[in-house]
Amino acid sequence: MKKICLSVAGLVLTLFSAFAQPTIKDSSQYKPRKLTFEEANLVTSYYHQDGNNSAVTGGIGSEKLSDYSGAIDIKLSKWDRKNRKHNFDFELGVDHYTSASSDKVDLQANSSASSADTRFYPSASWSMENEKKGSTVGAGFSASTEFDYQSFGANINVAQKTKNRNGEFSAKFQAYIDNLKYILPGELRPGNGGGREGDDYPSKSRNSFSTSFSYSQIINKNLQIMFLLDMVYQKGYLGLPFHRVYFQNENLPHVENLPGSRFKIPLGFRANYFAGDKVIIRTFYRYYHDDWGLNAHTFDIETPVKITPFFSITPFYRYYNQGAVNYFAPYQTHTAADQFYTSNYDLSKFNSNFYGAGFRIAPPKGVFGMQHLNMLEIRYGHYTKSVGMQSDIISLNLKFK
Amino acid sequence: MIKKRNDRSITLVTSAFIMSTILLTSCTTVKEYQKNKLNDSEMQLSSRKIQKTEMSFQSYREGASGANGSKTGGGCGCN
Repeated sequence: MKKICLSVAGLVLTLFSAFAQPTIKDSSQYKPRKLTFEEANLVTSYYHQDGNNSAVTGGIGSEKLSDYSGAIDIKLSKWDRKNRKHNFDFELGVDHYTSASSDKVDLQANSSASSADTRFYPSASWSMENEKKGSTVGAGFSASTEFDYQSFGANINVAQKTKNRNGEFSAKFQAYIDNLKYILPGELRPGNGGGREGDDYPSKSRNSFSTSFSYSQIINKNLQIMFLLDMVYQKGYLGLPFHRVYFQNENLPHVENLPGSRFKIPLGFRANYFAGDKVIIRTFYRYYHDDWGLNAHTFDIETPVKITPFFSITPFYRYYNQGAVNYFAPYQTHTAADQFYTSNYDLSKFNSNFYGAGFRIAPPKGVFGMQHLNMLEIRYGHYTKSVGMQSDIISLNLKFK
Repeated sequence: MIKKRNDRSITLVTSAFIMSTILLTSCTTVKEYQKNKLNDSEMQLSSRKIQKTEMSFQSYREGASGANGSKTGGGCGCN
């Protein structure tokens, strides 16, 4: 009997010990301590616009512009001893534009130095996620440089998930310190000269400070929403020196003159809903107000339709409506009594429509059988403004993993 | 005219607030294993990478910007 009891006890202990064996870790749970490549994204776009209300020529004249842009960002990550995940993101972007309107900074010139420019914008950011506490902290730096404009930015951010991990609050603080060359229209320059790269122009500063808050919440298995609030304060030279403004009964232009500060409050709401198994409805609404008197509404909807689990088509539509700033008037409408003035139609009253479609493929064995090419997405959109401007944009996103 | 527009804005914001309150109070706790649809890459609440240039030109060609995760300053975009 004693032997049987001992045998049964031994068997039970063996069974327990068998179940108590350390389980082999799932590879998805592996947390590398070394810096590991997560993914890289290449986004490239071609943008072309045309219209007849260029601010450079005082609210009249061609707005024709083409822009080629490319940006690559690389994400790396590692886990520390306290089981916190560190993410590192490095990005480099390049824009090259040719513009009929900025060619008119010098009215006499044809294909002047200002008709084309290239902008470089590198950035780097770091964030640390604490899964146990549901918190994230991060910081980043950015720069942007082109011939007449330099910008340096820094930001810090924090985020905290709710106890049940269904909600998240985040806050971000950003500052941009910008410097622009004070390049007047050719006819307003002393001696009517200048316009070449080596010229020593005076500079003006423009600084932007912002706080962004957001709260996201899962409503159920198919629906999640987000509230966004930004508060942006800009100070410094907020016009552009080569934007002409023609007053009533005057032939010589004035330089656009806008207040030295601007306070903006955009308030946004997003809701994404997975309808059934194949259709996603992504919506966005934004109300915007600033102290230059501009109020605007934006409504955006896009509906990715999953033809297969790895191939989707996304039609989209965006409607935008804004009132004019207090300081806008068309060509030869402003008078000498106006303290501030602009004929920039981007600040006039208008509405715009933007619509198009995109497709996305992300097969499990890689795009075109290339294992590291994880996803390919192409998207085209057509944009029209009620003031006559229109544009087209086509973008490509390649994701490597 | 301006007063009428402001009234309309207030009505819109108030309606959005009421709808949001209704949505938030109807939340159910969703466990990690139930989040397969919410974790779909096209369900993410931020803007998508491919929208980068679109958001950039919209912020230059329109007076309003922000509250969509885009940059709040920096860069000229003045053409």
